[in-house]
Amino acid sequence: MLKYIAERILYTLPVAFGVSIVCFMLVHIAPGDPLTSILPPDASAQLQEEMRRIYGFDRPLPVQYGLWVLKVVQGDFGTSIATGRPVAMELGRALGNTLMLAVLATMIGFLFGGLFGFVAGYFRDSWVDRIASLISIVGVSVPHYWLGMVLVIIFSVQLNWLPATGAGPGGSADWVWDWAHVRHLILPAITMSVIPMGIVARTVRALVADILSQEFITGLRAKGLLDVGVFRHVVKNTAPTALAVMGLQLGYLLGGSILIETVFSWPGTGFLLGQAIFQRDLPLLQGAILTLAMIFVALNLLVDIVQSLLDPRVQRS
Amino acid sequence: MSVASFQHIAEIEKSPGYWAGVMRRFRRDPVAMIALFVVLALILMAVFAPLVAPADPYRASMLRRLRPIGTEGFPLGTDELGRDMLSRLIHGGRLSLLMGVTPVFIAFFIGSAIGITAGYVGGKVNSVLMRTVDVFFAFPSVLLAIALSGALGAGIFNGLLSLTVVFIPPIARIAESVTTAVRRIEYVEAARASGASSFTIVRVHVLGNVIGPVFVYATGLISVSLILASGLSFLGLGVKPPEPEWGLMLNTLRNAIYVQPWVAALPGLMIFITSISFNLLSDGLRSAMDIKS
Repeated sequence: MLKYIAERILYTLPVAFGVSIVCFMLVHIAPGDPLTSILPPDASAQLQEEMRRIYGFDRPLPVQYGLWVLKVVQGDFGTSIATGRPVAMELGRALGNTLMLAVLATMIGFLFGGLFGFVAGYFRDSWVDRIASLISIVGVSVPHYWLGMVLVIIFSVQLNWLPATGAGPGGSADWVWDWAHVRHLILPAITMSVIPMGIVARTVRALVADILSQEFITGLRAKGLLDVGVFRHVVKNTAPTALAVMGLQLGYLLGGSILIETVFSWPGTGFLLGQAIFQRDLPLLQGAILTLAMIFVALNLLVDIVQSLLDPRVQRS
Repeated sequence: MSVASFQHIAEIEKSPGYWAGVMRRFRRDPVAMIALFVVLALILMAVFAPLVAPADPYRASMLRRLRPIGTEGFPLGTDELGRDMLSRLIHGGRLSLLMGVTPVFIAFFIGSAIGITAGYVGGKVNSVLMRTVDVFFAFPSVLLAIALSGALGAGIFNGLLSLTVVFIPPIARIAESVTTAVRRIEYVEAARASGASSFTIVRVHVLGNVIGPVFVYATGLISVSLILASGLSFLGLGVKPPEPEWGLMLNTLRNAIYVQPWVAALPGLMIFITSISFNLLSDGLRSAMDIKS
């Protein structure tokens, strides 16, 4: 057990190192000198030279990378060019908002996706299965940013039931769990939940159908086990994989929230990323990407460990 | 991989009727056939856009902005600059399809090459190639696409480049795992023992067994790629105005949802139809070829 966990961590470390290199290089693959985004276009050559030294752009790349990592592990992601505030501060608040949205969306998606997938797999090739499969294929095929727009058109523009954008009175800083705020969360959370719903439904359907077709189920039935008992076995065999898929989906939603947050102006990391791209705020872009990617890497590791604890068979494969 | 060499390998390897069987099963699947028909229609529409579209997709007029669906002369209304929506949607298919399909197509070749090399050569080569792939796989796909195109800046080429990088790792992984499995099959060992060169083994045995599953997997990525490509343009990356492209149109029409909501939603509907058709086509192909996901 401990050996498996240690192996997983040892495997994750080089990946995390690689991810940090990719994020570091983002600023350097950007066209033009990284300084041009910091300095006014008419800066003198002398000022440019000075700034280059201050920011360390005159040193060799590996040295720059080392210095950058040293700062990052201390929580210093640099300064946002657009706002002049530390990137870490900008990210901190936004991350909480995205986490709230993504966790809620994952829960909704898992609940409905699991239900549809289970029913579809249990009554395979019946009309219930066809409908559940249709829902899941729509879920994975729909451009979610468009779905968000359509929901806004229906529920905000036409019916005027729910707000189209923002995070409620006072913005995200004064978030409380009351109706005035929660109503802002409903449309983005439902829109976001469609992605994991489709994928969870597909996975669970395949798992349930696979388990039901195995010999031990036939054996249990032959022994006279009731459907309720068989159901229990199916759930026990499906749960670890389904939970793993859910964990990974949460990671995808955290990292991929930009489109939905842009549609709903939800003040999370994705919205921040959108602004960073729009204003060519490279330090903010780099900090946000690094944070989200590292969360994804850590979540992957966590999911693997939890799954191996729930289902010891995973370790052997 | 051309169709000719595909069939050539199939003749050597599998029972003579394999591809005929796949074709027969595919044709019996009504959903897959409809999806194929829609995809072909969309491609034809995009290729012959100038002939199909009733009007010039660039001609703007401030006098007829945001007309509703069903307006005389503008069956699908007009956009925020008074341009004909129907013509723009038809022309939009060109860039949207190009931006969606090309990255998967290129990633299919590069990813297969990386995966087959890693799987066949094994050892240190495998470690170096696959650990590099793992790094890019460690990013959520949306985030990686946005990180790269966000750093590179807007533009069709930068968008294509970012999306290609996103799709190489998953394809390389599948190709590597199938190749590693194929290498251990006894008849491949036998071919090696009887003196077949590495090139021959890769060309006949490895490609013959690997390309099929990898190709089906890649077709499943096209819908993701379409959604992502249009998503980049929706964010102001990728295609730049005034080019007609579904994602970009959705972006510029966002403010119009209070005036002409259903006109504003049309470009997204096109992305949805295209994406679901490619998904159903891929599913049909998968079950016709009897490949487990």
